[in-house]
Amino acid sequence: MTICFQEIFQYTFMQRAIIVGLFVSLCSALLGVPLVLKQYSMIGDGLSHVGFGALAVATALNLTPLPVAIVVVTVSAFILLRISEKAKVKADSLIALISTVSLAIGVVAVSMSSGMNMDINNYLFGSILALDKTDVYLAVVLGIVVIFTFFFLYHQVFSVTFDESFAKATGANVTVVNLIISIATALTIVIGMRIVGTLLMTSMIIFPALTSMRLCKSFKNVIICSSIVSLCGFLSGILISFFFDTPTGASIVLVNLAIFISFYLIKAVMIRIRLVKYKENK
Amino acid sequence: MSLVKCVDAAFAYEGKIIISDLNFEIERGEYLCIVGDNGSGKTTLMKGLLGLIKPVQGEVIFEGVKAKNKNRGIGYLPQQSDAQKDFPASVYEVVLSGAVNDLKFGMFYDNATRKRAEEALNKVKMLNLKNACYRELSGGQKQRVLLARAIMASKTMLLLDEPVSGLDVLSTREMYRLIEDLNKNEKMTIVMISHDVKAALPSATHILHIKDKQAFYGKPDSISRNIWN
Ligand SMILES: Nc1ncnc2c1ncn2[C@@H]1O[C@H](COP(=O)(O)OP(=O)(O)OP(=O)(O)O)[C@@H](O)[C@H]1O
Ligand SMILES: [Mg+2]
Repeated sequence: MTICFQEIFQYTFMQRAIIVGLFVSLCSALLGVPLVLKQYSMIGDGLSHVGFGALAVATALNLTPLPVAIVVVTVSAFILLRISEKAKVKADSLIALISTVSLAIGVVAVSMSSGMNMDINNYLFGSILALDKTDVYLAVVLGIVVIFTFFFLYHQVFSVTFDESFAKATGANVTVVNLIISIATALTIVIGMRIVGTLLMTSMIIFPALTSMRLCKSFKNVIICSSIVSLCGFLSGILISFFFDTPTGASIVLVNLAIFISFYLIKAVMIRIRLVKYKENK
Repeated sequence: MSLVKCVDAAFAYEGKIIISDLNFEIERGEYLCIVGDNGSGKTTLMKGLLGLIKPVQGEVIFEGVKAKNKNRGIGYLPQQSDAQKDFPASVYEVVLSGAVNDLKFGMFYDNATRKRAEEALNKVKMLNLKNACYRELSGGQKQRVLLARAIMASKTMLLLDEPVSGLDVLSTREMYRLIEDLNKNEKMTIVMISHDVKAALPSATHILHIKDKQAFYGKPDSISRNIWN
């Protein structure tokens, strides 16, 4: 086992991927819970597609992709949040439109700048080889900022997530909390996209939250459980991809699926045990 | 100085006027009971009083309470909260969230607040289910938890939108007693929407009857018989 880890840490790219990945998984687990509970999962999906468009256009224009993506995605986070607040019913369709349009813009940008196919593929499906030193620094700094902000705002996030109009009526600053959540989401997505790719980023946000919501009965436990699930999912995923030579992003998603299914089964078994006990007592 | 005042206020959804010609004020320590048929705009008015929606005409003037501030001291029990159907939260977490504006440094609840949460739970007789999962409670139990949350938030004013819907006979009586107690002994200003006028009448200091417009506003003893006959 130790030999195994030594082997992995010999490679700089693996060191980088693991550091960046751990921060990204923690951030997306934390943010995923309020996003899923507020039924804002589509925003996450929309943002990662916008991120792809931004990266593709930036590459085509010979700009540094990451800063451009951060700015564009953050601005889009404002817009998507506004749409979800204003047009509750049509929000889903509007966000789907924005996603696909961004994807289309990205694809056109790619086709106009030939020879970039390699990069685009990395953006779509992620590549741990593509991470450089700046990515690592950025991920660490942003990760720490997001995690601290989340814990700082923990109770406010709970009230706003649980009942927005109540929070507003009692005078809490709902708009600010929502904004911070979406900016944090935007940053997490842009960094996470480098590892798991645009198309798979959403699952990093949704899976841990959904998985832990099945079993946990308090918000605090959901947050803790979802963080653990996310970190374990990422680590197992990246190890599997290293040893079996499978694509990293897809491996992480599939591990997350496996964890989700196991939680589902655990819950089913728990219910069965309870019923059996009840019948025995009778 | 009144807490909240409506001057010729009218509320609308998407340009369609729901209620208009509202003229009344809520003084500190009052117990206002709002009555009216289904769809007459009671909930809409309450949202206006909370500042969640703006009047399309006239004004809602916040005098004794702040219009928008973290220390408004207003508690609110919504009519229906279907938003949190599948929300994993413990009863205690929900009740504490009522005191979100008392957070120290915006970060944590101090011991006094935690103690208040237990007292609020005790008041609504839910202390034994403190650690239960909110989504697994019955409708009536949820209603009590949300009342405890509203109590946590209210320092000056408590707005209740049909607080007894879904409660059994005994709990209904206890709920009215609890509200009356808050009003009399803790000098809490109460605004309550109720269909059960007869039960609310003895303790209310003012009645507001709405029917498209403000049909009646005044003390319960001066009430005209024809409102509910
Ligand atoms: N979000 C909304 N958008 C458009 N119309 C609305 C909205 N909410 C309420 N209405 C309309 O406004 C009117 C008043 O609704 P409101 O909920 O205030 O009634 P209410 O007096 O509280 O009724 P109830 O006794 O059933 O609770 C209704 O005709 C309703 O259709
Ligand atoms: Mg109503």
